[in-house]
Amino acid sequence: MTQTNLLSLIIFAPLAGALINWLVGRRLRNERFIGLVACGSVGVSTIIAFYLGFKSDGALRGTQPIMDHLWTWIQVGAFRADFGLAMDRLSGIYALFVTLVGLLIHIFATGYMHGDRGYYRFFAYLNLFMFAMLTLILGDNLLLMFVGWEGVGLCSYLLIGYYIDKEEAAPAAKKAFIANRVGDWGFVLGILLLFWLTWRAGAPSISFFDKTGVTSALATVAGMPIDGFTWHAIFAGGITSVAVLLFIGATGKSAQIPLLVWLPDAMAGPTPVSALIHAATMVTAGVYMVVRCSAIFTHAPLAMFIVAIIGAATALFAATIGLAQNDIKKVLAYSTISQLGYMFMACGVGAFVAAIFHVMTHAFFKAQLFLGSGSVIHGMHHEQDMRRMGGLRKYMPITWLTMCAGWLAICGIPIWAGFFSKDEILWKTWSGHLPGVPVGFNKALWFVGAVTALLTAVYMTRLMVMTFWGSERFREEHVEHVHEHDHGHAVHEPRESPLSMTIPLIVLALLSTFGGLVGVPYALSSLTGGHPENYFEQRLAPIVSSVPEHGEGATEGDIHWLSTPPQPVDGKPAVEVAKADHAEAVHNAEEITQERIFTLISVLIGLTGISIGWFMFRQQPLRHMPRLLENKYYVDEIYDATIIQPILVVSREGLWKLFDIGVIDGLVHGLGRTVIRFGKTVRYMQIGFVRAYAAIILAGAIIIIGYFAYNGAHVLRFLK
Amino acid sequence: MVPQLSWYLALSAVLFTIGVVGVLIKRNVISMFMCIELMLNAVNLTFVAFSSYFRDVSGQLFVFIVMTVAAAEAAVGLGIIIAIFRNRESLDVDDASVLKL
Repeated sequence: MTQTNLLSLIIFAPLAGALINWLVGRRLRNERFIGLVACGSVGVSTIIAFYLGFKSDGALRGTQPIMDHLWTWIQVGAFRADFGLAMDRLSGIYALFVTLVGLLIHIFATGYMHGDRGYYRFFAYLNLFMFAMLTLILGDNLLLMFVGWEGVGLCSYLLIGYYIDKEEAAPAAKKAFIANRVGDWGFVLGILLLFWLTWRAGAPSISFFDKTGVTSALATVAGMPIDGFTWHAIFAGGITSVAVLLFIGATGKSAQIPLLVWLPDAMAGPTPVSALIHAATMVTAGVYMVVRCSAIFTHAPLAMFIVAIIGAATALFAATIGLAQNDIKKVLAYSTISQLGYMFMACGVGAFVAAIFHVMTHAFFKAQLFLGSGSVIHGMHHEQDMRRMGGLRKYMPITWLTMCAGWLAICGIPIWAGFFSKDEILWKTWSGHLPGVPVGFNKALWFVGAVTALLTAVYMTRLMVMTFWGSERFREEHVEHVHEHDHGHAVHEPRESPLSMTIPLIVLALLSTFGGLVGVPYALSSLTGGHPENYFEQRLAPIVSSVPEHGEGATEGDIHWLSTPPQPVDGKPAVEVAKADHAEAVHNAEEITQERIFTLISVLIGLTGISIGWFMFRQQPLRHMPRLLENKYYVDEIYDATIIQPILVVSREGLWKLFDIGVIDGLVHGLGRTVIRFGKTVRYMQIGFVRAYAAIILAGAIIIIGYFAYNGAHVLRFLK
Repeated sequence: MVPQLSWYLALSAVLFTIGVVGVLIKRNVISMFMCIELMLNAVNLTFVAFSSYFRDVSGQLFVFIVMTVAAAEAAVGLGIIIAIFRNRESLDVDDASVLKL
């Protein structure tokens, strides 16, 4: 275990940037200064994160985590929470891509927010977000993670509601905040229950790591027997309960099925915010938490089952909605929800490494797509409706080219980053097997995943076609617009964005093109020779807990399901397979063949999706989509009718009119009235006549004397 | 006939009652003031009687204290009475029922 204080600089540099921008930047109002402070502070974090990750005994190269114990935060009885940071391989990967993508988005935002009145405020919030997000990632116990978790929620709220003059911004911010509170309720209960469990096991802790005086809660849980696969395990207060409660927290933060409604509305915030918070980093915090607590989840098969189902359902659900949206950012928002569903599906089948891999590649290509859409919106003078775009590739060539990289990545076309991660998830879903779950379950999940992949390719192609190809629909719209407002100016031509915006786009496009190469699976890399091992998986696999094996028979059966002999894949002869297999005895030849077939299938799915999208929308970009999808399955309306309205009615009729006005006000007013009435009676004593006072004194004296006359003996005895 | 303790106490009670009744029924400030003095002296008489009865000198000491306080009270009280008379041209306490003039 290495100790270094550099680690705390990663989180405190953005905090310092936020403070400087808030205190100094708001007075200077100098965009260059504010941008420099914001990007510089994140840049410091990025440099330190990369240094700590890749130095000779760094977090990603060594086996021991880098720790930084700052102080003991809470110590009550057996409960102890430290303000301590830790960077192991998992948090290292996260810290690297969060700082890198964050830095690029900060740079992009200096161009995007140019000329905005709240420039300093925006960057102060953005830096504060980086601080909270890095605290979430690097915190070495659940409670500190929760602090970061709440911090990013707060910053998300502040930034969604950033455009204070926008009508939909404030309700959207409120919605995000409230939906997250529902999730946080589960998270906090999960932390408490975990502490209680470990306390009963004799090692009370909420820490992720072994430290002086604290044993890792995860290790304690890992030593416990695996929970049974029964429904009442959810309420039994055991490991399954902890896992389910933590997952409720994750559904809030990562917009999974019961709590997904806030993320699309969150697009009311500025586009860099959508890219950073609501696509690349914050919303993947739920995945991070689940993977971090993989020891808990692998000991709760039922929780894994739930995670997988929710993930798959969300992936499919959001993808279908994404098909029918017309707002460019809304499409991307539903796409994000869908991809998050993918990640949770991977977690649910025990492919934690694949989930993290997808988180990373998704951060690259989704940030790219969001920034690209930001660039389009910027170039179109804040037009977000794709129906009024079209033909933009002539006007914004850089944005178009870079977005193509993101598009191909999310569709899962080979070489591009999304291909490797998505393919790995699909393959792991197919080949994995959960204890206690029917064998067909994984196959069904795979099918849902494959359909989602198809839909993803379709709606992303639709987005690209509507935006960059076809007739230039903004022209007619703008003419009308000008007439309406009697502007008198010529049509605003869309223009390419400045360098500060295109450079991050290019970098992210490169990352989404080549970023996936760190995790090429063995089945593919062995085709070309060279790196035989999946570098990413090899790095991360020791960190996460694996699903306990339950009998090999089931997986054996699956392999024979496809009764095809080894086939030439990707033009390579089948002989190569066997040769490569000799070199690595660990890998099963049949399994590799199957994995290659599945890779081919997912490539075909991606290509099919793209062609469907192309042929459907190239000629008719404004084709009407089913109303059910366009209205997002009426989820908002259903929530409004079943949850929000009842709460409003109960609050208004019951709590306000009955309880507040009746009971509370009644009590307060009644008390006041009683006091007034009493005063009215008693004030006749104060009439001002001296002789009346004398009479009252006399009466009092007589009463006292009378008392003594009757009880004198007792009182005197008492006094003695 | 040797005077008994009860004689003194009875006299004292009579004097005190006269004082109380006088304070309650008199309207003239001076008369009320004199009634208060009467009550004080009735109490003094009780003290002295008990002191002689119990052969204890502390009762006599109390009388001195009471007389001192009564003297101070007379000084302050007469000052207030003069002030009231100057303001209201009257010595009737019922005229002075309101603090405002």
